[in-house]
Amino acid sequence: MWTIIEQIFPYAIVFTIPLLITALGGLFSERSGIVNIGLEGLMISGAFASALTVNFLQDSMSGSAVLWIGLLVAVIVGMLFSLLHAFASINLSADQVISGTAINMIAMALTVFLARNITGSGNIRITNGFTPFDVPILSQIPIIGDLLFTKTYATTWFILVVLLVSAFILNKTKFGLRLKSCGEFPQAAQAAGINVVRIRYIGVMISGALSGLGGAIIILTYAGEFTGSVSGLGFLALASLIFGQWRPLGILGATLFFGFASTIANVSQVIPELAVIPPIILKIFPYVVTLIALVIFSKSSQAPKAAGEPFDPGKR
Amino acid sequence: MRNTIVSLISIILGLIAGGLLMLFIGASPIEGYTYLFQGALKNISRIGDTLATATPLIFTGLAVAFAFRTGLFNIGAAGQMLIGGLAATAVGLTFDLARPILILVMLLAGIVGGGLWAFIPGYFKARFNVHEVVSTIMMNWIAYWTVYYVVPGYFKGEFLETESRKLAEGSTLRTPWLTEMFQGSYINLGLFFAVIAVIIIAFIINKTTLGFELKAVGFNRHAAEYAGMKVNRNIILSMLISGALAGLGGVALYTGNASSMQIGILPSQGYDGIAVALLGANSPVGVFFAALLFGILYSGTGFMNAMIEIPPELANTIIAIIIYFAATSVMIHRLLNKFRKTRSNANDVDGPVGKKGEA
Repeated sequence: MWTIIEQIFPYAIVFTIPLLITALGGLFSERSGIVNIGLEGLMISGAFASALTVNFLQDSMSGSAVLWIGLLVAVIVGMLFSLLHAFASINLSADQVISGTAINMIAMALTVFLARNITGSGNIRITNGFTPFDVPILSQIPIIGDLLFTKTYATTWFILVVLLVSAFILNKTKFGLRLKSCGEFPQAAQAAGINVVRIRYIGVMISGALSGLGGAIIILTYAGEFTGSVSGLGFLALASLIFGQWRPLGILGATLFFGFASTIANVSQVIPELAVIPPIILKIFPYVVTLIALVIFSKSSQAPKAAGEPFDPGKR
Repeated sequence: MRNTIVSLISIILGLIAGGLLMLFIGASPIEGYTYLFQGALKNISRIGDTLATATPLIFTGLAVAFAFRTGLFNIGAAGQMLIGGLAATAVGLTFDLARPILILVMLLAGIVGGGLWAFIPGYFKARFNVHEVVSTIMMNWIAYWTVYYVVPGYFKGEFLETESRKLAEGSTLRTPWLTEMFQGSYINLGLFFAVIAVIIIAFIINKTTLGFELKAVGFNRHAAEYAGMKVNRNIILSMLISGALAGLGGVALYTGNASSMQIGILPSQGYDGIAVALLGANSPVGVFFAALLFGILYSGTGFMNAMIEIPPELANTIIAIIIYFAATSVMIHRLLNKFRKTRSNANDVDGPVGKKGEA
């Protein structure tokens, strides 16, 4: 049993990280009052941008610098792409769910359209992604060394830092509190002198940047190839956001749950102890649990009160 | 009228954007669009294929539009299609009935399967206020994995593990006379059922108490409740009907356009249904025409791709851009208002009476 856990752990964490960072992006957007169902599309745009960048540069440059450039480009592309959603939902008071859906559709179609035009097949391969490494010294610690500090990616540590910084920003800084006030009661926020439109723009752009990063990490760690989708991880991130009750640490817990559940389902066939469970049960397990969790949390939902509503300064 | 103009402007803007994309990759937009429309409408058999491509979209568009009217966002049409299609395929492969009865039972199976899949999110919404967007997405994945294991487990195809057995000729929605009339196209009875569905749904929405109540709940849940309507019941009912329509879309797709089910694919028609509903301004007739347009785009791009090197994803891209413009229709409304104002200002010179009645 122990060896199974030991084997699964690193994979589960690798799978969790893109989900975590995307859900965190969604958190910034929703806390500012804009529902962002376009996370999936933003992830795809980031995945595409990073794959294209790395594919383009990998012959002329070597080492991990290329990969970090790829991540940076993904962040920028995700951020720019999210402006479409910000413009529609903030300036034009469009239905945020529909605008987000349009973002998803544009990303899914346009990236494959461009990729097919560039490579012919619509897939973009990268030859070298991030390589896993054992953290020196820490990986020697018994038990947790094997679980947490072996076969880790540099991006994992980077994202965990981003998580901590985000939690700090949201809860302890002036900006974070303003952001949250825009999601709860924007009219009061405006009366207090906060520029709601600006804050919401920043919220959506952070969600674009982090989702783009999430999509890029999928490509540069475990996928290695852009195929035009991120297999619904963006939607899963959205569910994690609700599951995690719109709090950074809650999101960490929710995404870890999804990471483990998916990894267990994926490896169940090769592990005899798990092979006795019908695979369909393992595959639908995370989704069923999410549904149940949504029902349980529905009574005490911590959702930002103004999320999804266009900002109307005259409303009381 | 206003909605139609907005939709038409969105379409034109989307097509212009598609043209720009073709220019961007170094192809000629005029050539591209010529091939696209030729591919969709050149001869009777291609027209048949276009209509068949549009058929599941009519159903899913109706499904999404119907739920929209009650203020519900059914993003789970794909999952409902899968389960509806699976139920119909199971019936078609298992029972040996006289053809009209078999078709009827398959349609019922699709309605029940899709309806059931939407009932769960509907119930959760009504009873626990669980947001239907997330719950229907979860249901999509549950449907995806259910089909993934049920098809190979019980209806495995002869050659491929990833496909169900093929339905017998007599157990599909295809009929010889239609196939002959459209010279070998895969058009099928699904189209007729889709048209009937459009008429029935238009009737329900516009002429019945039920439709009125559903719309009232969509406009203002609290006002509807205050007026004594059973809001929770209406929410569940709306999702149920929406899911049933999507289930029928699955029947049309898997037992009409195709004759077997593939695993590992969420049908794109589910998501496209949102686009169809939006472009059709949530009216059944609008949905019908929007689905036809998307049918043209989808079935035309294959031919276009064969003739000149433009990726077939152009269709999806155009549709996505159309939807973005439809979603931001406020912008178009503002432009229209401006346009009308300048016109009525010009009229003001002749007489002070503004044309207020015109809207």
